[in-house]
Formats: sequence, structure tokens, C-alpha cells
Amino acid sequence: MAVPILKQGPFLIASIQSALTDSDVLQLRDDVMAQVTRHRSRGIIVDVTALDVMDSFVSRSLRSIAMMTRLRGAETVIVGIQPEVAFAMVQLGMSFEDVQTALDLEEGLALLQAGDLGA
Amino acid sequence: MAPEAAERIAIESDADVVTARQRARALAVGLDMPSTDQTLLATAISEIARNITAYAIRGEIVLDVVRDADGRRGVRVVARDDGPGIADLERALTDGYTTGGGLGLGLPGARRLVDEFDISTTPGEGTTVTLVKWTRSA
Repeated sequence: MAVPILKQGPFLIASIQSALTDSDVLQLRDDVMAQVTRHRSRGIIVDVTALDVMDSFVSRSLRSIAMMTRLRGAETVIVGIQPEVAFAMVQLGMSFEDVQTALDLEEGLALLQAGDLGA
Repeated sequence: MAPEAAERIAIESDADVVTARQRARALAVGLDMPSTDQTLLATAISEIARNITAYAIRGEIVLDVVRDADGRRGVRVVARDDGPGIADLERALTDGYTTGGGLGLGLPGARRLVDEFDISTTPGEGTTVTLVKWTRSA
């Protein structure tokens, strides 16, 4: 199922609605890159609140999105990682050290608007 | 560990990976497993199911509810394929080792997420991974 991407001013908001297959995740990556170019976006929020599992593939793909958009001059913030999912990611050995995260959409937008991502 | 009910899921596509972890979570919910443990189980299944689609192309996952000698119940996951097998099992269970271009966290990560983990593999014949996640009380 495709992830809807909304444009809000200089930012894009990708709001994941349900469990994603690996192909959905790769589609999201391609869509975000295309939209960043089309709208000359300065920041992207990926809302993962609806994800009940973030395995190594999803985590690696979100990290790739963050790295790729940074090379295009746009910062990505991942918001809404659920507490159980965070626990599982740490146990799994996933590191999100170089990826910006925020509690929810509101905090993520505030982070982008403040422009103090320091990356 | 006597099985109570078994459910077989064919693993042939990335959609089947999602189905397998959702069915396992449903079983765990039925056992009143805490939601954190449900998530750990579902994540472990995602890793081993993806190994099937990535390396063996197709295989199957069988889920059942098992009970130990103390009456404690758990979800057992048997992931089976007749793919290429794993030539160097010790390295495959080491963080960061991969032959598939991933992060090399699949098997070692899945092992950390569950209570019991067993793997048997024969190069050229296939791989079977068995996981159990126990509920915390009887």
C-alpha cells in the first residue's frame, strides 16, 4: 500500500498508515526522493506511529532515506516510533544514531522549523 | 512441549512476511503475552521470514502454541526452507556478517529477541530455524 506524502510549506510529511511490505518501503524511498526534487523541500517527516514492527530492513531503509535526502539538502526526521518498537530495535541491534527522531509529528515539525538539526 | 494448534503459512513474497508476523502476534495476544514481547516475537519472525524470501526464495513458517513442564505457554515458530543452506553458521550468527547485502542482524538479532532459538542447516539442502517466545507466567 502506497504511503501518502503531503506537502506542507517547505516540508514533506510521509504518513505511514499500515504495515509495510519491503516493496512498499522501497516505493516510499523513491517517492520521497522524487517529491523532494519536485517541491525543493527542505525537510521531511516520516511518521511511523502506525508501524508495530520495525525490523532491520525497514530500519535500514528509513536510514537510507535520511542519508539520501540529506545529500539533496533536506533533513529527515522519523517520528512516532512506538515504545515497544524502540525496545525491539535496540535488542535487534539497530542503531539510528545518525538519524533525527522526534516523539511525534508536532515535535518533528518544531525540530525542522527551528532548523537546528546540526547534521 | 506439546503443540496445541498449528498454523502453516507459505512464505513466497514480502507480503507473506507481514502475514506471518501478524498471525504470530494474534496467537501471542490470545496467550495474553505482554505487548512488548509480542513485538519482539513479531520482529524476530520478520527477520527469519525475510531470510527465506532473500536466500531460499520460498519456504514455510509453522506457528503453534506450546506448553512447558510448568504449564507455561508460548508461541513456537518453525521456519523451514529447502534453499541453499548456510555454509558458515557460526559467522551467520555473528552481528554484521552478511552475504546478502543487508546489515547482518537478521539471525543474531532474532536470537536476541526470543527465549529459545535453534537453527539447523545443511548446505544445498536447506535451513530450519525454530524460535519460542514464552509467556511470563503459567
